[in-house]
Amino acid sequence: MFDDLRDLYQEVIFDHNRNPRNFRIIEDADRKVEGFNPLCGDRLTLYLKMAGDVITDASFQGSGCAISTASVSLMTEIVKGKTEQEAEALFKQFHEMTTGKDEHFNLEAIGKLAVLAGVREYPARVKCATLAWHTLDAALKNQQEAISTE
Amino acid sequence: MTLDVEKIRQDFPILKEKIRGKDLVYLDNAATCQKPQCVIDSIVHVYSHDYANVHRGVHTLSVRSTDKFEVARTKVKEFINASSDKEIIFVKGATEAINLVAQTYGKANLKAGDEVLITAMEHHSNIVPWQMLCEQTGAVLKVAPINQTGELIFAEFEQLLSDKTKLVSVVHMSNALGTINPVKAIIEAAHAKNIPVLLDGAQAIPHIEVDVQALDCDFYVFSGHKLYAPTGTGVLYGKQALLEAMPPYQGGGDMIRKVTFTETEYNTLPYKFEAGTPNIADVIGLGAAIDYINSIGMAVIAAHEAELLRYATEKAQAIKGLRIIGEAEHKGAILSFVLDKIHPHDIGTMLDSLGIAIRAGHHCAMPVMDFYNVPATARASFGLYNTRQEIDVLMSGIESLIEVFG
Repeated sequence: MFDDLRDLYQEVIFDHNRNPRNFRIIEDADRKVEGFNPLCGDRLTLYLKMAGDVITDASFQGSGCAISTASVSLMTEIVKGKTEQEAEALFKQFHEMTTGKDEHFNLEAIGKLAVLAGVREYPARVKCATLAWHTLDAALKNQQEAISTE
Repeated sequence: MTLDVEKIRQDFPILKEKIRGKDLVYLDNAATCQKPQCVIDSIVHVYSHDYANVHRGVHTLSVRSTDKFEVARTKVKEFINASSDKEIIFVKGATEAINLVAQTYGKANLKAGDEVLITAMEHHSNIVPWQMLCEQTGAVLKVAPINQTGELIFAEFEQLLSDKTKLVSVVHMSNALGTINPVKAIIEAAHAKNIPVLLDGAQAIPHIEVDVQALDCDFYVFSGHKLYAPTGTGVLYGKQALLEAMPPYQGGGDMIRKVTFTETEYNTLPYKFEAGTPNIADVIGLGAAIDYINSIGMAVIAAHEAELLRYATEKAQAIKGLRIIGEAEHKGAILSFVLDKIHPHDIGTMLDSLGIAIRAGHHCAMPVMDFYNVPATARASFGLYNTRQEIDVLMSGIESLIEVFG
């Protein structure tokens, strides 16, 4: 019935929505930033544990739509073990993939995150996918104040 | 008399649109309504045959344009049963009308410590203008609570009416919950303490017959675009004596009688509040929309929509995991709901793929979302052209997406 939506709602997204990874609080987090999408009410808190400039642990709490939940869940998986620079480079790749500026985004670099490429066709949903990454960007820049997509 | 919905649907060209290859099922009427051909034609006709600026020319087109514009004012006056054309101020929408009252009546009559009383089910447009006024004057915004069904707790509302209350501003029908407020009782209670009442009729106007004299409200505001009329049209009704006493809103052309560099004499009502060239063609379109509604009859429309709401509610209640938000006894044609573990935005995108347009979000009523402890709701809202079959399509769409999300 929802054949047209297969590019947007891939099985991986349903899976991460049902069972979000790293859905917990890091009590002794080095970075903690809130992200908020006032348009849909998506709200998340991102926690990072750092060792020098390496992200040793990432987790989140909050609630949102399937796209935003899957996006933050996938992100916390992929950034673990990455340096700040590597994570920022991923953010850039992800942003290009989801906003459609670069049709030929680096599929290899983006890995599993490619399941979110479908949002490009749904401008109203791009922010759902990018909220997690904007929040990460703020955390890496050590900003304390909450991030809003608007 | 019942409404011939198939005949009505022929009047709305957009209803023939295909959305993602499917028949459009337009259930976002609380956000804005689609336009009948006669309204579209009226705008084309004005620009093709009658258009010039109003109230300022001696030439033929200006006279024609002015006549049509003022006829639209009379149609609005009759539609809400105001006592005079002077009480009908054209603005760009309900939001501007509330801001106008806040910045003119409010600024002139409220001082530090005074209170404005609203309810917990207001749209942001009936919250923020008062917060701005309170910031400017030191007045205080008071909020009468609602209960879990989404009804105003009237006893608490009455308790909040005090010597400090200088204005009551309440929604006639809630856009987020569908609740129809007991406005007659609200007005009587406020008037017993000499407090004027503004009714926000943005949502009520296409669903409920409004008689401002019978209600005895002091101000009534609504937007044209929710009444099957063009966007950028809106009405502020105010009792003449109140409007006379209020300072003007914006300065400019049309609102003056005489201007020198040392002083300006303001124009009479309603022009005192209509600075600048108004939205001429769209206001004429609003007149055409009122003619269209009158040709069907508000009572007939209301009965049709009440039946749609009854049918939709009954079907929605049968869906496991669906929770209706807003179950007031007196309700307009709005069905706000949430689904277990499925975010309203996912519902919105999935239904869109089936050609169904609903609203997903906070409906510009964030405090209402907070009250029900939900980030957002999905909202199906019905208009005169909707059918039972469309509700069937909606409900089977909801059942399918619940299955897909598993």
